Amino acid sequence: MSASLPAGRGARARAIPGFRATLAVTLLWLAVIVLIPLAALALRPLELGPAGLIASLSEERVVAALGLSFGAALLAALLNLPLGLLLAWAVVRLRFPGRGILDAALDLPFALPTAVAGIALTAIAAPNGWVGGPLAELFGWKIAFTRAGVVLALMFVSLPFIVRTVEPVLRDMAAEAEEAAATLGATRAQTVLRVVLPGLLPALLTGFSLAFARSVGEYGSVIFIAGNLPMLTEIAPLLIVIRLEQYDYAGAAAVGLAMLVLSFLLLLAIELVQRRLRRGRR
Amino acid sequence: MTVEVRGVTRRFGNLAALDGVSLSVAEGEFVALLGPSGSGKTTLLRVLAGLEGTDSGTLHIAGRDMAGVPARERGIGVVFQHYALFRHMTVFDNVAFGLRVRRQRPPAAEIAQRVRRLLELVQVPELERRYPEQISGGQRQRVALARALAIEPRLLLLDEPFGALDALVRKEVRRWLRGLHDGLGITSVLVTHDQEEAMEMADRVAVMERGRVVQVDTAAALLREPATAFVAGFVGDAARLPCAVRDGVVRFDPLPIAPIAAALPDGPATAFTRPGEMVARRGAGEAQVRLVRDEVEGPARLVVGAGAAVLDAVAAPGEHFARGDSCLLSLSGAHVFSADGSRARAG
Repeated sequence: MSASLPAGRGARARAIPGFRATLAVTLLWLAVIVLIPLAALALRPLELGPAGLIASLSEERVVAALGLSFGAALLAALLNLPLGLLLAWAVVRLRFPGRGILDAALDLPFALPTAVAGIALTAIAAPNGWVGGPLAELFGWKIAFTRAGVVLALMFVSLPFIVRTVEPVLRDMAAEAEEAAATLGATRAQTVLRVVLPGLLPALLTGFSLAFARSVGEYGSVIFIAGNLPMLTEIAPLLIVIRLEQYDYAGAAAVGLAMLVLSFLLLLAIELVQRRLRRGRR
Repeated sequence: MTVEVRGVTRRFGNLAALDGVSLSVAEGEFVALLGPSGSGKTTLLRVLAGLEGTDSGTLHIAGRDMAGVPARERGIGVVFQHYALFRHMTVFDNVAFGLRVRRQRPPAAEIAQRVRRLLELVQVPELERRYPEQISGGQRQRVALARALAIEPRLLLLDEPFGALDALVRKEVRRWLRGLHDGLGITSVLVTHDQEEAMEMADRVAVMERGRVVQVDTAAALLREPATAFVAGFVGDAARLPCAVRDGVVRFDPLPIAPIAAALPDGPATAFTRPGEMVARRGAGEAQVRLVRDEVEGPARLVVGAGAAVLDAVAAPGEHFARGDSCLLSLSGAHVFSADGSRARAG
């Protein structure tokens, strides 16, 4: 197309007018809401000095808490992937009585105060609870007050993120593509593996990032079920609170900074994978 | 491959999308399923492809009973209405799909060679690394065709394949696709609601109405001898005129059209006329010329007002009209259907 665009100051006409004003507002907003608080978080630990910062972060208790927070968040997001996909599939593709109720119930973790979720989960998973009791008796498994409990709580709060990111993509994915695969000779399994899942992969990864990000910072639901034993079931956000209560602001900020950097690196890595997947798509 | 459909019925709830459909397609033939939306043509195509089940009736393809044979084992090429390309795959991978999912998958080099040959066949060899969203509608259609042809089908099903193309490209692609059909020697079934498309491409056209195949014939035969009032009204550019028959004479009262003879039983009837069959002559009458469009060749085309009705007509040879002239209308011919379905050619 060689149609000439209206000549303006720039060589190309822009779709949105007022580029400068828009950019100014966006940057200002970003600065006030995100950058300035983060800068404070980055500056505060420097009071400790480089050596002090390293010492503060390499305390065994800090390392264990960070390890648990990130490990449990990753594990919870990973376990939620197949579960979330299954639920999204059920909501979009299957017709059964009670589907509407299931659909609505999926959002409950969004709405419920996380402390309530924590208490409820603890009540059923505790050794004398509905689920915890039989599990302890039959298999000798303990969930509440162990790391498994932490993962369980994180799975509960982060599940809707995966379901709700996959759902619209699945809804949008025409049944025609699956029918085309069938006419080309693909079995049901080949269709799912080669057509459906690759089509959903970007959405699954986005859901995974969101679920992970939500889980890493989760506090309310975990502290009830975890038992909070230092070195064992103490999560990093709790450690921050504990340090704050001891007026160790720089130490608290140091843990916060470590979480920020680690989260950023992980999300960046996922975003890079996303970019590769989005090749060729608008 | 021959296709033999006998008495196939398919219901969705209370609605019979297919209601006792029978159709046979000969080896190498190009048949179009033509009908308005909701007439069941796409459902019939999906039944052929194995994407839709049937409630009763039989389907034989190449002599083999297709009951219980799933789509993936039929080896039928299907080009879907919206192409249904795999969005996360390149054009190359899309076309290669049918070869890669085979139980005995050919070696990669052979797949590559065949994919390239197919892309050349559909005239888009340069697109192999692109993704479906990076190419135009016409290119997508060609890729979808190449993908369907990759499994070397003997039967090709096309579901409104030109719907997304603009009129100019459409005409060209129609001829090209018909040429491809002849070159490959395959059997093709095309679904369309566009009669021009059906008549230009197909050897025979199956006209569908409310889940039934009402007539299967060549384009010329459909125009010459429409089997039902529906066919007469649907194909060609026919005008529908209410009329009544008495003593072998068709009268159009209250329309000011001269009566015409037809061998039909007495009673109400419907006449269908093609644009050239309504002729206007000079003379004092109720009809009045509203618009005149002179043609390069042949008689001028007129729009005639007669009471509340507006009719298309042509000027009688050698006569000229101006807007506002009054005229007399007569028919040089018409297909007349009486209420009981019997049919006669009048004039």
